[in-house]
Amino acid sequence: MNKLEVKNISKSFDGKPVLKDVSIELNRGELVCLLGVSGGGKTTLFNVISGLLSPDNGQVLLDGEDITNQSGHISYMLQKDLLLPYRTIEDNAALPLLLKGEKKKDARKKVSPLFEQFGLEGTQKKYPSQLSGGMRQRAALLRTYMFSRDVALLDEPFSALDTLTKSSMHKWYLDVMEKIQLSTLFITHDIDEAILISDRIYLLSGSPGEITGEIIIKEQKPRKDDFNLTTEFLEYKRKILSML
Amino acid sequence: MLKRNIPSIVAVVLFLTVWQTVCSIGLIPSYMLPSPIEVITAFVSDFSLLAQNSVITLQEAFIGLFLGVSVGFFVAVLMDTFETLYKAFYPLLIITQTIPSVAIAPLLVLWFGYEMTPKIVLIVISTFFPVTVGLLDGFRSADKDSIGLLRSMGANRFQIFRYIKFPSALPQLFSGLRIAAAYSVVGAVISEWLGGFGGLGVYMTRVKKAFAFDKMFAVIFLISAISLTLMALVGFAEKKLMPYRNTDKKGEKL
Repeated sequence: MNKLEVKNISKSFDGKPVLKDVSIELNRGELVCLLGVSGGGKTTLFNVISGLLSPDNGQVLLDGEDITNQSGHISYMLQKDLLLPYRTIEDNAALPLLLKGEKKKDARKKVSPLFEQFGLEGTQKKYPSQLSGGMRQRAALLRTYMFSRDVALLDEPFSALDTLTKSSMHKWYLDVMEKIQLSTLFITHDIDEAILISDRIYLLSGSPGEITGEIIIKEQKPRKDDFNLTTEFLEYKRKILSML
Repeated sequence: MLKRNIPSIVAVVLFLTVWQTVCSIGLIPSYMLPSPIEVITAFVSDFSLLAQNSVITLQEAFIGLFLGVSVGFFVAVLMDTFETLYKAFYPLLIITQTIPSVAIAPLLVLWFGYEMTPKIVLIVISTFFPVTVGLLDGFRSADKDSIGLLRSMGANRFQIFRYIKFPSALPQLFSGLRIAAAYSVVGAVISEWLGGFGGLGVYMTRVKKAFAFDKMFAVIFLISAISLTLMALVGFAEKKLMPYRNTDKKGEKL
């Protein structure tokens, strides 16, 4: 069964259509990229999935259950980490539990064993301003994970990081994802990033945004370090460029 | 700490020296301007009277400040929650601040008498404004994306207030509080001055009638010292409540 299914979503703002009949599927444990130019309605789609916006048409199903228009099921993570500057990393990560009404002590207890898995050892008592951009994104992902254990929506999460940090974050992410059995829907405008990390790529383009293609990346995971230098990689890239 | 303050300490010492010299060589007659030493002597000899009156003034200031801050907080939350209230009352709030407190204080005396009430009312009127405006601006500066994120996590209005809006408004709240603390002492003194049975303001009117300039100066310095102390207390609370502002990148306390 699909983990997450988005069916025939259309949305317009003030009569201007932004999304037209968008359908995507996310299987358990899969990383699916939504690739498209900026301003192509990707973020609108995410807001619909997370329940912050109501679509004009269509449905969002999580584990087969209709969650259209309902926030509180799936959370997301953005390019901006949105960590609360006045709370420690530990309390930031525990925030979703606190929102569900758990006691601070219990919430901290649940979060603390995960710090190692997320490569965040020793940052529990620090404030966000004391961490590097990459570490802050890790903390933001941990927070997302504390909210919805098995699905993550990521909206260009690494695009503000420098190239080297970014590539180490890719490795880290794929590693963590496998450890914690996460299914991921990942927005990006970076073609290389999409090919490097995805199992499948949806192309979202046009105005209003429509799904104009789907590409399956067959390369096995974990991927080789020099995957982006292979002919297969270039083939995928050429194909995507021709479709956009 | 000390090193940073050296220029201002030198300036104060220099000022006092010039003042003392001007008085000592008789450039200005001592009944017009008492020397610093005379002021200190007056302060010491009248200390118990000053202390008694300070207690009254401080009582009024604290009660007024507490009520003013509470009212300010309440008004700010209401105006932030209901946009219509904000639009309706924000201009009115600004207008109330153009009325000088000296002008309404006599009215308050007529309405509420010579006891503590008119003093407290005046302090409430003059302190709730900086708090309300500070908080309102703070609430409005809260990050929209963070609010969206919390909503996506199913947070309710109160939780959004608690985790985002209120903490975002803390810096502005404290700047408002610092101003309010200073206003509260000044407000108390002014309304005592205009009618009352006790307090530093009343003390001032008495020594003024006796042309006791040295005592006048003593009480003026005392009032400003009290205001400064209150402001320092607010600053201390600010540091304690916002530890994340006192740490640098490495996590060392500054």
